[in-house]
Amino acid sequence: MNFELNEEQQMLADTVERLVRNTYSFEQREVFYQSPRGYSPEFWRQLSELGITSVPIAAEYEGFGGTGVENMLVMKELGRGLCLEPYLHSQIYAAGLVEQLGSAEQRQSILPAVAAGERLLTVADEEAGSHYHPEAIECQAVPCERGWRLSGHKRVVIGGELAHIILVTARMSDGEGVSLFLLDPAAEGVSRTGYPCIDGPRACDLALADVYVEADSLLGPAGKAAPALAYQRGRAVAAQCAEAVGSMEEAFRLTLDYLKTRQQFGSPIGRFQALQHRMAEMRGELELARSMTILAACVADDPDSESRSRRLAAAKFTVARASQLIAEQSVQLHGGIGMTWEYSLAHHAKRLVMLTHQFGDDDFHLGQYSALLEVPRQASQQVA
Amino acid sequence: MDIHFTPEELAFRSEVRAFLEQNLPAGLAEKVRLGRRLAKEDHQRWQKILNQKGWYAVNWPEEYGGTGWSVVQKHIFDEECAAAGAPRLVAFGVNMVAPVIIKFGTQTQKDYYLPRILRSEDWWCQGYSEPGAGSDLASLKTRAERDGDHYLVNGQKTWTTLGQHANRIFCLVRTDPSAKKQEGISFLLIDMDTPGITVRPIITLDGEHEVNEVFFDNVRVPVENLVGEENKGWTCAKYLLTHERTGQAGIGQSKAALAHLKQIASAETVAGQPRIDDPLFRARIAELEMRLMAVEMSTLRILAATRDGGVPGAESSLLKIQGSEIRQAITDLMRKALGPNALPFLEPELEPDFHGEPLYQDYSASPASQYFNLRKLSIYGGSNEIQKNIIAKLVLEL
Repeated sequence: MNFELNEEQQMLADTVERLVRNTYSFEQREVFYQSPRGYSPEFWRQLSELGITSVPIAAEYEGFGGTGVENMLVMKELGRGLCLEPYLHSQIYAAGLVEQLGSAEQRQSILPAVAAGERLLTVADEEAGSHYHPEAIECQAVPCERGWRLSGHKRVVIGGELAHIILVTARMSDGEGVSLFLLDPAAEGVSRTGYPCIDGPRACDLALADVYVEADSLLGPAGKAAPALAYQRGRAVAAQCAEAVGSMEEAFRLTLDYLKTRQQFGSPIGRFQALQHRMAEMRGELELARSMTILAACVADDPDSESRSRRLAAAKFTVARASQLIAEQSVQLHGGIGMTWEYSLAHHAKRLVMLTHQFGDDDFHLGQYSALLEVPRQASQQVA
Repeated sequence: MDIHFTPEELAFRSEVRAFLEQNLPAGLAEKVRLGRRLAKEDHQRWQKILNQKGWYAVNWPEEYGGTGWSVVQKHIFDEECAAAGAPRLVAFGVNMVAPVIIKFGTQTQKDYYLPRILRSEDWWCQGYSEPGAGSDLASLKTRAERDGDHYLVNGQKTWTTLGQHANRIFCLVRTDPSAKKQEGISFLLIDMDTPGITVRPIITLDGEHEVNEVFFDNVRVPVENLVGEENKGWTCAKYLLTHERTGQAGIGQSKAALAHLKQIASAETVAGQPRIDDPLFRARIAELEMRLMAVEMSTLRILAATRDGGVPGAESSLLKIQGSEIRQAITDLMRKALGPNALPFLEPELEPDFHGEPLYQDYSASPASQYFNLRKLSIYGGSNEIQKNIIAKLVLEL
């Protein structure tokens, strides 16, 4: 049992931390947010120059071959800086699906360019009625000569306006199960409606009107993408927990500073016990979130198992609850100033709450865990 | 980063488990599992079994008869003991006064008291709280006045856990009333048989006689029973508190309790359906189990950080709060799992020597009583509110 970072990991964390601190001031972020792309291509270029975009990608595809722990270190800093780039969706979730399901040719043609930060990926797996259940979709793939025709509507595809390839989930018209297709967004019949999300990053809806995709655009076996989707969503959940912890740490830091400086009734408001106890409670929940984020990072790349699924669900549940608590209470403890667009805290609050709307909220993961609850005569003896 | 125990630690776990299988009396484990009250003899029996193996004084330095285990081993040991249904050790002697004597006591005190603790010849209780000194412990008033080679002790202690079993009490007493609050306090070892001591039971809301009031009326205590320097008792008190708080998260206890909760929830049925299959109730159990997992991970992080003998800092305050709340929440669900069957107050069924036919099931009598008894967890050892004050002051620097 060891919770220390090794030298290489510490360097990675420091590198990302420094880069984010230097290029992602809150004022800069606002400029990126207002720009047409809604993120900073320059920051992305720097991430790629430093090899950060390659961290989650396996070494055989010119990646760094990082584990859940390396992903955690990167995501935590991106969370602290409220970064708008689709790192999680492209480098971790979508690239993970390509790596797990893709043919050797697909992997070789896609992943090195993703690792280099030259190509962006994303996943279109949510629909009007799916709500974190990737199998509850209606989008259809109809076989045609030398390929398929895709029809349906996808929602809230994070980074979908910029992605060079979108991984689209669809049901086979002639069979069971969910399949994944590699979609070129420029293909005929694809229309994208872009918008910013309330917490900053841009997304789009995707309308697919009888879109032709070639035979080799099928990712993995037809109708059998569900286990890979579940597995990679687990990796995404682990990474997202880290992003939330970075943001929580920053929101907590800002709030603590504020309590020490804001004067009312002739003293810093942090002298008041009601506020002290609330901060102590928030600190406690933050600590649990950190612990579960570490656990999630350590099991994210384990082979699929009920134990892995339970731990990842527990991590997201814990982090989602902590995120909402810290978001709400940070705003409350700041008072009016915490409500303003011009103060970064408000954006952390939004990010922390809305993070839970991707890859499942606390209730969703409570349900997942509950379904996997062990009901033997003796409860599980150990975490590790 | 690695969340796994080492092969040596896993081997140690197996060794502990095997020892417990062979040496923990089944009847005793059953009493613990069912939440029965334990007799003095139950505790002493288990202490002696542990001592025979050399596993009783796990927190002592090796030269005094300790085990030399790492904090991780101690954690594993606690967890296995709790899972097997071993009685929770009464801490006052072996884990509270002993470390103070080892750290601050004279050679004569060490030579006399430590072996007696190891052999379960002495039962210690704690004379800290007073009617007017609870969370504000340093405001304690029990006086010890020097009278030749004795102290003359007058005053009252309260919430003295299992004082009715004790032949010795360690007390914080005021030796210098003119000094500032924390100064002027001394740490005294007192023989309960000394004339002038009266012990009166306090019956708690669950009907149990677990705590007492202890009155001191001109009690003569030899000066050689002073531990450390006169008026420096607060140093001993603080040192002891760090020992008291370590392990207060009670992960092992909570895991065992959660396992018992699942058993109850599987056995109790509503319209033929086990309670645990009711989605709402099941989700409540799931929620607790996830929280316990999170507190366990935090505990392991602190253990790993203090593995080389460091004293856990204010993080232990967080764990005390979270651990006690979970433990309370588990008994809350146990009680709820029983529905109306939790209502009958069946004191005889809670007694250590109960061998009759239970009114309902063997597990039915205890949960409601336990639920009320365990309200103490967030009150004692520095109330959870005091812990939050500590976090605010020491961690957040507010």
